[in-house]
Amino acid sequence: MSDKIEMIDELKILIKPYIQDEEAYKNLHEDTDFIEDLKINSANLVDIILDIEDKYDIDIDNDSMDKMLSVKAALEIIKIKVAEK
Amino acid sequence: MENRVVITGLGVVSPNGIGLTDFTHAIKNGISGVEFYPHLKDLGFSCCIGGKPKVSEELKREYLTELQLRGFNSSGILYGCMAGMDAWKDAGFSISETTDYDSGTIFGAGTSGIERFREAIYKVDDKQVRRLGSTVVAQTMASGVSAYLGGILGLGNQVTTNSSACTTGTEAILMGFDRIKAGRAKRMIVGGTSDEGPYVWGGFDAMRVLTYKHNESPEKGSRPMSASASGFVPGSGAGALVLESLESALERNATIYAEILGGEVNSGGQRNGGSMTAPNSESVQRCIKKAVENSNIKASDIDAINGHLTATIKDFTEIENWSQALDLKGDDFPYINSLKSMVGHCLSASGAIESVASVLQIQNNFIFPNINCEDLNEEIISLISADKIPQKLIEKEINIVAKASFGFGDVNGCIIFKKIKK
Repeated sequence: MSDKIEMIDELKILIKPYIQDEEAYKNLHEDTDFIEDLKINSANLVDIILDIEDKYDIDIDNDSMDKMLSVKAALEIIKIKVAEK
Repeated sequence: MENRVVITGLGVVSPNGIGLTDFTHAIKNGISGVEFYPHLKDLGFSCCIGGKPKVSEELKREYLTELQLRGFNSSGILYGCMAGMDAWKDAGFSISETTDYDSGTIFGAGTSGIERFREAIYKVDDKQVRRLGSTVVAQTMASGVSAYLGGILGLGNQVTTNSSACTTGTEAILMGFDRIKAGRAKRMIVGGTSDEGPYVWGGFDAMRVLTYKHNESPEKGSRPMSASASGFVPGSGAGALVLESLESALERNATIYAEILGGEVNSGGQRNGGSMTAPNSESVQRCIKKAVENSNIKASDIDAINGHLTATIKDFTEIENWSQALDLKGDDFPYINSLKSMVGHCLSASGAIESVASVLQIQNNFIFPNINCEDLNEEIISLISADKIPQKLIEKEINIVAKASFGFGDVNGCIIFKKIKK
């Protein structure tokens, strides 16, 4: 569990430059949606993914990229890709 | 009925001054913005001097957000946004929350994000296309500068970029002028910007059109109209003007810098002595004559000319063209100056930065000095009086300034600015 909290905190730092809703960002939780809640410009999702790749030294394939629309999905994909390393 | 078009805002990012206060001070005092760049020397350039605006990281952040600056590497877009936003603010406008359909921009550029383009090319060739990020297109599309500016200010009228080499800035002003005159916009932010550095300047260095004689004396390097002119000094930056219908300006009681009476753009068709790189003199004269005609003034009404005058052997040809087009010579010729003596040739931004300087002369009643022409070209002063090429600041009432720019592709542009009487 603390693992997850730690990962959410890490993710929070990564996505901070792109968010456009401070309130939703402050209250960020597992079900937070990047576009709907954080009002991130959809074009910036690819930048977030590149930042995640750099942070965890992983490659995120196109299919996984398409799914990474929420905190929950991002955490799951990061977990899988890190395990595959 | 056609609208009269006036200038209600100015913005400038120049090698010798950013913002109207610093820029006005610099041009009045003949302050050069040309410097030596060791990086150009390391790369084996013949000309290692140039003019770049001195923009700090702090200043950048007054215009672009942290998010916009992520992965941002486009000097031209930065300068264009700064000049455009300053001009907009100067005209008394704020950033619109909603789309403003009455206002647009025609903001010219020669290249866009050439530094970012270089990074992208290296990544693509290294099979890293998926790692380009989201902003390569926005920064490298030709219309990058107008797209950024339009988005920042919420412009809803025409938002576009024109490109006509070194005539770009001057052409943008005339395109905005036409649009307002025709009643299709109330306000247009017009201007030009230029990327900087080796990837823009290299091609000119290879053509041997840049001076290589002043690497030890950068401030003396740009020498329009001098006997020792030995090629131009490359520069960068941006200039912007807010054009507005006279009606709209009066309605909101705006400060009016000057009126645009008329102007002309044309091309010599690369015939009759014209080529990709040299002007057809007949068309240059035709362009100037048409501008005077459609402004309904007499040539003798012109108080000052702001020339293209880059500091090559073509300076005399330009003066000859002005002289013939206006049918004025000797003491009858208007005062003439070249901003390039202080900032170098800012390429696609030159016409815009130089137009800002021209308009400031009208508003503040002065003619800025030419520097680096102590040794005036003999041919030039056999045609026009040396007194007409000021080397010291002249303070006098200025009503009409003619501004022209000429560019590769044998393209020409000429604008007539006039003081508006209160």
